[in-house]
Amino acid sequence: MTIIGTPRRRVDGRAKVTGQTRFADDVTLPRMVHCKLLRSTMPHARIVQIDASRALTRPGVLLILTGRDFPISYGILPVSQDEHALAVDRVRFVGDPNAAIIARDELTAFEALDDIVVDYEPLRTFADPLESLAHPEPRIHEYGDSGNIHKSVSLRFGDVEQAFADADRVFDDTFFYQGNTHLPIEQHAAVAAKDPDGKLVLWSSTQTPHYVHRALAKALAMPAAHIRVIATPNGGGFGGKSDPFNHELVVSKAALVLDRPVKICLTREEVFYCHRGRHPVSMRFRTGVKKDGTITGLHVQTLLDGGAYGSYGVASTFYTGALQTVTYHIPTYHFEGCRVFTNKPPCGPKRGHGTPQSRFGQEIQLDKIAESLAIDPADLRLRIVERPDTLTANYLRVGTIGLAECIRRVTKASGWKQTFGKLKRGRGVGLACSSYLSGAGLPIYYNDMPHSGVQLKLDRSGGVTAFCGATEIGQGSDDVLVACVAEILGIEPLDIRAVTGDTDLTPVDLGSYSSRVTLMMGNAAIQAAERARDYLAEAVSKKLSVPKERLVFADRRVFDTESPDTGVSFSEAVCLAEALFGTIGSTGSYTPPRSAARFKGGGVGPSPTYSYSAAVVEVEVDAATGWVHVPRVWIAHDIGRALNPTLVRGQIEGSVYMAIGEALMEEQTFRRLPPKLSRALVHKFPSMLEYKSPTTLDMPEVFTELVEHPDPRGPFGAKEVGQGPLLPVMPAVANAVYDAIGVRIDEVPITPEKILKALDAKAAGKAPRYGPPRFPAVPYPEPLDVPPPWDGGDGKARTSKLEGRSEKVEGRNEAVRR
Amino acid sequence: MSHNVQLALIVNGEPTEVAFAPYKTLLEVLREDLSLCGTKHGCELGECGACAVLLDGQPVLSCLVLGVECEGRRVLTVEGLVKDGRLHPLQETFADLGAAQCGYCTPGFLVTAKGLLDENPKPTRDEIREALAGCLCRCTGYQQIFEAVEAAVERASR
Repeated sequence: MTIIGTPRRRVDGRAKVTGQTRFADDVTLPRMVHCKLLRSTMPHARIVQIDASRALTRPGVLLILTGRDFPISYGILPVSQDEHALAVDRVRFVGDPNAAIIARDELTAFEALDDIVVDYEPLRTFADPLESLAHPEPRIHEYGDSGNIHKSVSLRFGDVEQAFADADRVFDDTFFYQGNTHLPIEQHAAVAAKDPDGKLVLWSSTQTPHYVHRALAKALAMPAAHIRVIATPNGGGFGGKSDPFNHELVVSKAALVLDRPVKICLTREEVFYCHRGRHPVSMRFRTGVKKDGTITGLHVQTLLDGGAYGSYGVASTFYTGALQTVTYHIPTYHFEGCRVFTNKPPCGPKRGHGTPQSRFGQEIQLDKIAESLAIDPADLRLRIVERPDTLTANYLRVGTIGLAECIRRVTKASGWKQTFGKLKRGRGVGLACSSYLSGAGLPIYYNDMPHSGVQLKLDRSGGVTAFCGATEIGQGSDDVLVACVAEILGIEPLDIRAVTGDTDLTPVDLGSYSSRVTLMMGNAAIQAAERARDYLAEAVSKKLSVPKERLVFADRRVFDTESPDTGVSFSEAVCLAEALFGTIGSTGSYTPPRSAARFKGGGVGPSPTYSYSAAVVEVEVDAATGWVHVPRVWIAHDIGRALNPTLVRGQIEGSVYMAIGEALMEEQTFRRLPPKLSRALVHKFPSMLEYKSPTTLDMPEVFTELVEHPDPRGPFGAKEVGQGPLLPVMPAVANAVYDAIGVRIDEVPITPEKILKALDAKAAGKAPRYGPPRFPAVPYPEPLDVPPPWDGGDGKARTSKLEGRSEKVEGRNEAVRR
Repeated sequence: MSHNVQLALIVNGEPTEVAFAPYKTLLEVLREDLSLCGTKHGCELGECGACAVLLDGQPVLSCLVLGVECEGRRVLTVEGLVKDGRLHPLQETFADLGAAQCGYCTPGFLVTAKGLLDENPKPTRDEIREALAGCLCRCTGYQQIFEAVEAAVERASR
């Protein structure tokens, strides 16, 4: 192979370094006007009246829209259609949009916001999950499991209590993972226009044009065929641009009404209100172990602070319990998860989606277990790594596992045996591991169709155009698409034009989320390229009288492997094929393999294959100030095969970076305004200055090890790399802090204040720890019992008494049953 | 509505006249009135560094500079880095070494790095970190950016 596996400049590299990448806010059209959203100043209130009459008289104001213009709800998950483009009768958090102004310029629209008078009737504010559990009324939404509980689940695989009885030790720990946000440098922006033929076109910084397309069709009650969504390259996504957003619907509607292009670009403050970031999660881990470290059973309980809307939250809830078994062998497993609504910006999918929180808890607890059993933390993990080609207790089919090699590589590179437990006070090292999906095995909405499609158009000139709905969010999806096609056809990446993320032009790809694009689009691209190659091979074979099997595609030529001088150029091959077959095009598509889970809730977690990571983090902790400095991180990632090692390294280093932010400083938190104001619950710091994120000065040196054993399910053997490497870093930081100063910080962010409190506790003879004292009482439902495979289970739930419960993620398992 | 002001400045080496509303920042003038959309914005409050340009050779945040302050001054944006159709060495190394992922913060990093190299042609890693500390990147973890700046230094000294 000449392209795959070689470090290369990405195909869109030149555009990015010359400032020519056209982001959504760079789209400007003739007669374009501008939109601003009026956002709620109340955290929870009924809208009595919106008086926009004065705003309408302001010169330059063209249109005002309110909730009345958007009677139809939408939402990313079929089970959570709980959003309106503009609040209809209720606002649910400070920042919830309730009116829109479209004016000839942005300043006029902005100034006219002050002219709108909204009469609110305040309702009880729910600031915290415990308040939401304690008070079922008033309900933030009129749907969900009960009161202000959005989703509550209990899945039990085997007899965990018996497993605890059989264990030598049972560890019981609680953790808290604070919420944080994606903070892409690009603020969300969108431009909508009415095409000359009356159809709608929307350019938007979205990771999921296909889902935006569906949401627009539904909420605007328009035929989807009359809507075109173009995902502009995203200036960073990280999950924060994966939902259909209010502003996308608003400018679409406005463009249709005004018959003029309408643009919106959110302010940084508004991006904090869009959020959909990391859920704050309280966790309890009970783990039974034998003296040798073998796990007999695990009971995980989570409580998620969901914020004001559903978003991906049902999936997020299941993800807090899905992947523990994929990492380590856990013979019996009980997961209970609960997501509640609160009056804060909605949480959703941020890099790692629901799994970093519980990964944090599990990896710290393993560190505690290792210490108690006097086993090296790396050795402990090597003993319990899940076995390859396994069906886990919760029916996830795991194929290749490079985790043991990741642990060996990262401990060797970091000098773990010489440093762990041996550095002077104030310096320490910590280790943690993780796994992640290479694409969700099931789509967001139930259907039998492919998850990714690729079309190729081959031109007589020798050029190839590759069409795919995948969205370039910086991760390099255009480069993966082009590289896969170029490798098969034996041409150069820049001979190929990538047309992506356009619902009119490109076949559906579900979007840039769940680390699915490389695997799914890559496989579709390979299939399309192989089909195109077949046409060309047949035509060249005829022309040269060489058997097809002997033809090689390389160096922009098609030639006889036994006589390399006998051949034609690639463009001649296309001409020959066109003469023989007519216009040359091909398609490829990818559908993930069937999941083994047959129980409700089993739709979250299955993936064609899983990636693995192990990290060692070094810290320096100043016991006087509590300040934590991270000089070095070693990380090994089981990627199957690196398609473009330059981009792979970038994903890993970028994951470590984001993880360091989450571990040490990033938090999305809220406060009440003083009583003399409104006492409204507001975001503490919706600005980039006060929301701390790591700068060049905070970034540790990162040493990356790639573990490459091609996975048969991945394109050229590749697995994901965009999210997995983030996961082990936060717990590894916490474990390193313990190694350095002997206190456990069982929550993120690990701030100086928490370290000093833990040191004070230690000095006072109390538990040397900072973290939640206990896990709250959560009304989980009766468990759904699913016997694990080794207990003769077939993936179905044993009891049927809960069949009638409302559960629509479960509806997704219809796909599985067929 | 305020009336436009008109002024002359030198943008990427070209004498340029532009008329714009007087409240506009240099960022807005570049993007909206001169169609130079290579310069980006991430906060418009001087917090992220995405809008950095060189003003008379010095890195500034164009969201914090008023357009009317720029009469007669030299502004260099990312569009001005390409000379005679050839990429600047920093652009070459940023593209080759993965220093641009989503590419949104890249123009700010590029001009800030150019400002550094113009003053200090052989910076150490720590000097590079220090010079770029006002630019936020959420994709790369900065390491490939440092390496790209170092590689550009190396190419220039070859």
